Amino acid sequence: MSVAEKLRGLLLSTPAEGAGGRTGTWRVYRPVINYSKCTKCGICWLYCPENVIEWLEDKSVRIDYNYCKGCGICADVCPVKAIDMVKEGVV
Amino acid sequence: MVGQVSLAKQVRKVLVGDHAVAEAVKLAKVNVISAYPITPQTLIVERISEMIERGELKADYVRVESEFAALATVYGAAAGGARAFTATSSHGLFYMYEMLWWAAASRVPLVMAVVTRVIGPPWNIHDEHTDLLAIRDSGWIIGMAQNVQEAFDMTLTAFKISEDERVLLPVAVGLDGFILSHTAEPLDIPAQEDVDAWLPPRNPKIPYTIEPGGEAITMGNLPRNDVYHAILKKYMDESMEAAKKVIADVYNEYGKLTGRNYGPLTECYRCSDAKYIAISMGAWSGDILNAVERLRNEGYPIGLLRIRYIRPFPEEDITGWINGAKGVIIFDRDYSAGMGGVLASEISGFIPSNTSFEGVLAGIGGFDVSADEFTAIMREFVDRVEREGLVRIRKYWYIPKIER
Amino acid sequence: MGMVTMTELHKYGRTKFIMPGTAACPGCPLQVGMRQLAIALEGKFTMVIPAGCSSIIPGTAPYTAYTVPVLHVPFASSPAVASGLVRAIRQRGNEGPVVVWAGDGATADIGFATLSGAAYRNEDILYIMADNEAYMNTGIQASGTTPWMAWTTTSPKGKAEDKKDVALIMLMHKVPYVATASIAFPMDFIDKVRRAMQIRGFKFIHLHAPCPPGWKMDDAYTIRAARLAVETGAWILWEYNQGKLTISPPSMPYRDKSRRRPLEEYLKIQGRFAHLKPEDIKLMEEKIDRQWDLILKLVEIYK
Repeated sequence: MSVAEKLRGLLLSTPAEGAGGRTGTWRVYRPVINYSKCTKCGICWLYCPENVIEWLEDKSVRIDYNYCKGCGICADVCPVKAIDMVKEGVV
Repeated sequence: MVGQVSLAKQVRKVLVGDHAVAEAVKLAKVNVISAYPITPQTLIVERISEMIERGELKADYVRVESEFAALATVYGAAAGGARAFTATSSHGLFYMYEMLWWAAASRVPLVMAVVTRVIGPPWNIHDEHTDLLAIRDSGWIIGMAQNVQEAFDMTLTAFKISEDERVLLPVAVGLDGFILSHTAEPLDIPAQEDVDAWLPPRNPKIPYTIEPGGEAITMGNLPRNDVYHAILKKYMDESMEAAKKVIADVYNEYGKLTGRNYGPLTECYRCSDAKYIAISMGAWSGDILNAVERLRNEGYPIGLLRIRYIRPFPEEDITGWINGAKGVIIFDRDYSAGMGGVLASEISGFIPSNTSFEGVLAGIGGFDVSADEFTAIMREFVDRVEREGLVRIRKYWYIPKIER
Repeated sequence: MGMVTMTELHKYGRTKFIMPGTAACPGCPLQVGMRQLAIALEGKFTMVIPAGCSSIIPGTAPYTAYTVPVLHVPFASSPAVASGLVRAIRQRGNEGPVVVWAGDGATADIGFATLSGAAYRNEDILYIMADNEAYMNTGIQASGTTPWMAWTTTSPKGKAEDKKDVALIMLMHKVPYVATASIAFPMDFIDKVRRAMQIRGFKFIHLHAPCPPGWKMDDAYTIRAARLAVETGAWILWEYNQGKLTISPPSMPYRDKSRRRPLEEYLKIQGRFAHLKPEDIKLMEEKIDRQWDLILKLVEIYK
């Protein structure tokens, strides 16, 4: 193995989900989208720090709970208050 | 690797050491040079700027605001795939310290000339090796030239060594401040076309390139497990070991190209029948060799082992040459506080306990030591061993009497 | 160049410019800003990142959350490293953007000499100073851009010194482009990045980035705080582009002091200002007024 090859995976990293861990486990409050209120404006997608909100082809939004840390920015910026922060474990 | 290389056309010039280094940089067709002035290095970057202004060298010349930035700039250039060069000395080298380690562990090829000089205070621009030797743990290959020709040869070969796929470590080329940097000597310089055939442009993809649109790699984020770090250091060590062979190969080729053959890690003069071995590094080795010749004429069986590269540490050469010797005397133009001479400290571990040994600290602060003085120091050592038997002196401060 | 719209951005609705699952704190402003940067540059750029939160955020090798080529470098070195990098790749015909993504400590303090050098040489770099107003990665120590009176672990009674105005200092380097921006105004920031990238030379954007743990505020308030900073007039968005300095659209209304929201609204959500007395707030307002006076005078000068 050449020196250049040896550096891969040790000194040189490549993009992957979860490089900082399965961060969904950090979450205390879970953002829940109220689709009846949602206007599909994409503001939550725009400000989500974690890139865990997808703004789909039909402009609806979907949250990836595997990695969502539950910061609540999406709920705070939503212009129509269509996202509720619900405590994890509470049904 | 190039097969049979024909002997290059060469021109003889008379140049000071700094200008000889600049000639090597030009012939290597370096892409990016960063420059910050410090005596006695400044002539190198001045001459390179003239070469660029005259159109003899097509390169980016980055006038930075510090030596820290000088190394950071050529490091960035190397990570971007360029062949890059900078030069420094003394306090400037120490101002680079953090970047020295980062550059080496990033495994990008780089070449830097270090014109050796005292570290203050007091301010002192004269020659000492303490600066160069203070970077020996950082991951740089470190050479030290004896004369202007060798400063040129060592600079040109440094690019080939650093960029070798088995090495990929930066190379520091040491030359003694003023004694080489500002002293004109004749040297032979190979023709550009011959150098081009031997030293092709750098392959920017090896070991990796960081550039927009390139592969989405990240260099240097945290390791998932600290053991990664240990593995990388072990790989660095393997590359340092590999560099011993690479340096030999490169000088073998270079010898065929130029007709000049070197050690390559060390050279030993009059050693085959020597019972005593003196060890030194750098320009004063010429004066020590004169002293050895005089002692030979007086019947003393002594030789001189000159260290060309201190990193990778030439362990095999040193143990090979001192094996069976009756005594070893090491000259250090440097001082590791609380320890002694750096070469003496590093080499003494390889000197058998039944072999006599003296570490001489001389030339500290840059004072001249003449061939007469070297002769006297070595004669005294040999006489004492012959008289008393085993002698072990780790530190002998050679300080001439002066008027104050 | 037209202004960016949400309609245009929808095409990136499923693009992961930063991979999910990073090591950032919840509510991290740096990820918000870096995503906006990546959107502006359509994911085609290279970053040089000095020590700081953004060294840790991408997670651990062998993986990284960053999807562009990145060079992590020592704290003070990034402008110099980027200078060498851009020289090297331009020689080989690569005209792509080289971005320094740095925090306030790396920019305003330890790396200030290298920043000044790269700016003065007019290196072809986009420098983003993501300013969370303290050394957050090491645990909230005061930096040169920590505001007056803000609590940090090294200014427990509130910092005595004023915030260093890095953008104005860069303006005095006579570089072609300097702007301030805010993560709460992504369209403004994206437009600025795009305008900056039309210029060959040194571009500097000072990006305001409120940090929940460092500012002692709710994780959800990152954007709220950044917006209030602009709406109270405490953070002024302006742009200098090759000779002309203008107030940016989001800050335009707040040239008129009467239209600014009360400063308390911005301060009260931040625990780092909890110890402020009414007279402190009054003094802070005066400082804001003086900053507006200065910027508006510069608008007159750089017409």
